Amino acid sequence: MTTNPSELLHGLPLIPQDSDGPVFQAPWQAAAFALAVRLSSDGHFTWKEWTEVFSTEIRSAQGGGETDFDNTYYLYWMNALEQLCEERSLVAHSDLRQRKEEWRQAYLNTPHGKPIELSAALTRGH
Amino acid sequence: MSDSPGEHKHHGHSHGSGEDFTDPPSDIELRVKALESLLVEKGLADPDAIDAVIDTYETKVGPRNGAAVVARAWTEPGFRNWLLKDATAAIASLGYVGAQGEQMRVLENTDKVHNLVVCTLCSCYPWPVLGLPPVWYKSAPYRSRAVSDPRGIIEEFGTHVPETSEVRVWDSTSEMRYLVLPQQPEGTEGWSAEQLVNLVSRNSMIGVEVARSPEAIRSGE
Repeated sequence: MTTNPSELLHGLPLIPQDSDGPVFQAPWQAAAFALAVRLSSDGHFTWKEWTEVFSTEIRSAQGGGETDFDNTYYLYWMNALEQLCEERSLVAHSDLRQRKEEWRQAYLNTPHGKPIELSAALTRGH
Repeated sequence: MSDSPGEHKHHGHSHGSGEDFTDPPSDIELRVKALESLLVEKGLADPDAIDAVIDTYETKVGPRNGAAVVARAWTEPGFRNWLLKDATAAIASLGYVGAQGEQMRVLENTDKVHNLVVCTLCSCYPWPVLGLPPVWYKSAPYRSRAVSDPRGIIEEFGTHVPETSEVRVWDSTSEMRYLVLPQQPEGTEGWSAEQLVNLVSRNSMIGVEVARSPEAIRSGE
């Protein structure tokens, strides 16, 4: 990773963290964090652009009276990331919705204990 | 064999149909998977690079939540009773809730019973309180030997369970996650929860070790 973690956190003053860096409450939060970090370090957007979109998302949520941030921080993170991916023509919202349902079906079609493969979404009737 | 295989139960994981398929994760988890898989397909993200970022931070999903639960149980009998009776609610009261609302059960170690947690089929793990599972927990040898030779595997972690103690093995499922409540180390009576929390290791809450002694903390173990 070329980007210094402490630089990443600059501009994200509300990020749940301790003295060693960001703290995640669940694995998906670390994945969401990693996606934004990679897309930015690969040049699809600057980190400053990211923090602006994300801050706007958070402000609009706070305008809605939201105060309990710990549980929702990465939910807003994903909202902002999906929006930025759409704006930059990386991934369209409609594709995301469809893919999400394919993953859901893949889980439902996969015996427990087996790895979840997206192709399982297409196998009907077990 | 004094160990009680009766406590060991294989996964159900059925969703009413009687079949053994996998419950999908929460909506937000599916959104993350959707975005990640589309970015990878389009060549806009490299899965190895994403994993590398996650690896950098995954130790940050640490077992501190679980340690806080244990330390509170050691210092507050009322909370301890609640925890043993309704772990899901007691743990949720501290703000530690799984994305899928998994049920939690806390297993109390005593002089007579030592509890060990495993997931024989995959890696079900109480991550809201323990973070991401360690690599060995997901390994095939641990998953099989925790059932066939629990004393042996505990011994390999440097922990000796006396022959007079019964070892109970608990097989996690997607619906039920277990957390071991280790015994409070001797010589820590009157300690505050803030002091005690440092004695509670992740491994002691899986059951492969006991809580650290005050001496171990002092020697910087």
